[in-house]
Amino acid sequence: MSGPAKLFQGKYVSTDRRVREDPRFVAGHGRFVQDIDRPGMLHVALVAAQAPAARIVKIDPSAALAMEGVVDVIDGAELSAAVNPLMNGLDTPKVQRFPLAVGQNRYAGEWVAAVVAETRALAEDAAEKVRVETEKLGFVIDAEQALEEGATPVHPEHGSNLLLDRTFDWGPVDEDFARSDDSLKLRVTWGRNSTVPIETFGVICEWNAWEKVLDVWASIQMPKYADQIARALKLHGNEVRVHYDVDVGGSYGVKRGIKQTVLAGYLARKLGRPVRLIEDRLENMRSGDAHGPERIFDIEVAFDRDGTVNAMRMRALDNAGAYAGRAPFQLGKPIGAIVGPYRINSVQYRAMSVTTNKAVQEAVRGFGQAPTNYAIETMMDRVADHLGIDRLDLRQKNLIRPDEFPYEIPSGSKYDSGDYQAVIAKVLEQGDYDGMRAERDRLRAEGMCAGIGVAACLEPSGGNSSFEPLLNPANRTSTWMEGSRVNIDALGDVTVAIHTTSSGQGHETLAATVVGEVLGVDPDRVRVVRPDSLGSLPGNSPVGSRMAIMLGGAAANAARDIIRQAIAIGAHLMDADPGDCSYDSGTVIGPGGAEIAWTEIVDVAHRRFHDLPKGTNPGLTASFIQQVPTGETLPKDGKAQMYPCYSFEFHLVLVAFAPVLAKPELRRYVIGHDCGTVINPHIVKGMTLGGIAHGIGATLLEEFAYDGEGQLMTQSFLDYLMPSSHEVPEVQIVKHCTPSPLTEFGQKGSGESGYLGSPAAISGAIHDALKPWGIHLNKLPIRMAAISDAIAAAEEKGHP
Amino acid sequence: MKTELTINGRSRAIDVEPRMTLLDALRDAAGLKGTHAGCEHGVCGACTVIVDGDAVRSCLMFAVQCDGMEITTIEGVAADPGELDVVQDSFCETHGLQCGYCTPGMVLAAKALLAVEKDPSDEQIRDAISGNICRCTGYGQIVEAIRLAAKRLRESNTAAMEAGE
Repeated sequence: MSGPAKLFQGKYVSTDRRVREDPRFVAGHGRFVQDIDRPGMLHVALVAAQAPAARIVKIDPSAALAMEGVVDVIDGAELSAAVNPLMNGLDTPKVQRFPLAVGQNRYAGEWVAAVVAETRALAEDAAEKVRVETEKLGFVIDAEQALEEGATPVHPEHGSNLLLDRTFDWGPVDEDFARSDDSLKLRVTWGRNSTVPIETFGVICEWNAWEKVLDVWASIQMPKYADQIARALKLHGNEVRVHYDVDVGGSYGVKRGIKQTVLAGYLARKLGRPVRLIEDRLENMRSGDAHGPERIFDIEVAFDRDGTVNAMRMRALDNAGAYAGRAPFQLGKPIGAIVGPYRINSVQYRAMSVTTNKAVQEAVRGFGQAPTNYAIETMMDRVADHLGIDRLDLRQKNLIRPDEFPYEIPSGSKYDSGDYQAVIAKVLEQGDYDGMRAERDRLRAEGMCAGIGVAACLEPSGGNSSFEPLLNPANRTSTWMEGSRVNIDALGDVTVAIHTTSSGQGHETLAATVVGEVLGVDPDRVRVVRPDSLGSLPGNSPVGSRMAIMLGGAAANAARDIIRQAIAIGAHLMDADPGDCSYDSGTVIGPGGAEIAWTEIVDVAHRRFHDLPKGTNPGLTASFIQQVPTGETLPKDGKAQMYPCYSFEFHLVLVAFAPVLAKPELRRYVIGHDCGTVINPHIVKGMTLGGIAHGIGATLLEEFAYDGEGQLMTQSFLDYLMPSSHEVPEVQIVKHCTPSPLTEFGQKGSGESGYLGSPAAISGAIHDALKPWGIHLNKLPIRMAAISDAIAAAEEKGHP
Repeated sequence: MKTELTINGRSRAIDVEPRMTLLDALRDAAGLKGTHAGCEHGVCGACTVIVDGDAVRSCLMFAVQCDGMEITTIEGVAADPGELDVVQDSFCETHGLQCGYCTPGMVLAAKALLAVEKDPSDEQIRDAISGNICRCTGYGQIVEAIRLAAKRLRESNTAAMEAGE
């Protein structure tokens, strides 16, 4: 497509409409997995490993089994004999993972046995009576130590702790370094945190022996969930029925509960009763396998004295935890935006993933993009500092220009559209940058530490899965489709089906809005349903900021097919050529202005076969399966088109703190956000504000911290600190719209917005405040103690 | 242990273990699933209910401690099925929620505030919900919802007074 896409003017899209999901939740009538009672349901509690690594000598369940109400106790030996290992993203067949530890455990807290009882309380009581005899083994917690020669392997059969080590060279990196005026090195570390939903993961499995089907209700956000369950439990694909009409109490990527489901599924089949496994908070924090990336970035950057950044070498070393899973792919996705919004000519990227004796890493909001953006933006700040150039000027100098789209970056991904300069200019003006600087200087004059931070970054959206074949050549994935179906009933009313669970993204509102827009029907009159997985079209769940593009595209295209059918019927009734007829809000209009009403079209479709055009099926229904835009080929020569659409965000933050106590306070927060055409403004606003809150947590508070003995120190909400309404400031959002040329309405994704740039901006603001001392705090989270200690240490040395 | 709870204006006799929390009793003995378990150690506020006028964490109280007390859960807020009260409707107007899991606790915390403060400042609003963690919204639209609810309640009271009610 050539030229910029036009702004979309809709009747319902982008208008200030309420979110249709909200009423049931404010009334307490959501339907979460914990709210579902099945007759005869049993409950599971878990027995956790104490040491970070230990050989399991013997598990004695006799005391537990002797308790009244206890039905069964199983361990990893029993389970692994009956089920297949869980899906492994990489080609590392010796790194096997089962829901319960087999032979040895590999992190403290890992589940070694499961107790099943008539109530959860009884199961917990009995879990304390299970005797586990172990012999401690060596362990490793730190990613760099895990890489060392002679390091204790987490999986001895695998031979080392290295899961992935791939180096990509995109463009003339060495030449660009040689021709550049200057270069510098930096190391930054993204700490291990996660999105930690308030609802823990939960699942109920029930085996119906007469129908031979496993029913599953779960708080899940997992692509190909039903397939994975069937494979692990050695069932046929059509013997697993996942119920998608379960509300998920937050996920932001992490609700992948496959091990929990395989465990509950096995127990449900074995015991012939419904089995429920709802994690308590402790189980969730230390062994729900839902920690996020933990990543060390070593960066070398080459640039000219005028601020032109020419080349970058980046090594990302990720601590995957005890098993491989899908986590290493989080090193792959950022390849699609590896230069951020900048014209950097060449890049070398080395992606390394290692196992350690920590809990297993899972997908977290942005799938690795937030840490990478933090690294890139911190690099830009350091280059500016080094050259004595203003941080904004340096960014402006290197930004991709609006006339350069579609813009192919060195790693082979094409950015669809954008106007970064316009967004930044709007933020500086509407956010009153001058006033913010004056405020900073006023605070400094009062003896406070005050600083301004900026960050410009991209949100790749549309969620294909190109990183799979790129990082694992045995994987041939080139589609990550999403389906939707629109039915017109015999009364002419509209029902649209979506084929996944939702965890707050407002997919019902999305589907109703786009179908209403296309058909010219009030979205409030559109019914939205969620068939179970066996009644669903193929889909890949709401990951990768993809649903506005993918579900939006599928539903819109299904609705367009309804229009095509309606026009065919109307044209036939008028004896006209369908090409000469048009559709407007239900009415088919013929060449001379003659009209066929919706009721007539519906009547013909549902009752009057004799009036249908020849070869037309009765009924008015349409299904559409949307392929990811641009997803045409497999990666080639180490290059890939990652996600199709690229949203842009620009953060401007004022931070202040007292030099002794050093508790950073966010005095002003402005974000410019361009995600193309917005389907529902309330939803996009909420995503952005929530993403910023996650970013504040990741930058200042949240960490799954392990001690030297391999024990998780932050296992409860008393230790794992999350931002409350006191820590999250009022945020000013500055909107801009550059439509995507690749999507139905010009929409891009926004599910990860805010989170992708706020860590860099807040960290940058703290560094601006610390400038007098020349302090660099290169590891997130930057706790208040780290700041005050660094200031005290610098002052002892006589700085400033 | 037999205990009598008054939940949403209705007295119920339930038989629970002494160790059962009010949260579990509401969900499992009384069948009211709108009160949610989040951390079960008194930090996140998802289990907030109103007991004798105060917003409390139902995971930190035993059911038997509440014998004879008046408890309001989220199910007791809407007048009739499909009819939201002012606070609930304000949350819908500003989209002060996403996944809906912390929402019942937020709505009840807001109601507890508005029962004692007709014209709360933003600081008072943030203070009132600071014991309720929301991971979706970043709180912005929740603060807006409570602001809006306060305004609507003030206006309806003024209107009622002017009408001589």
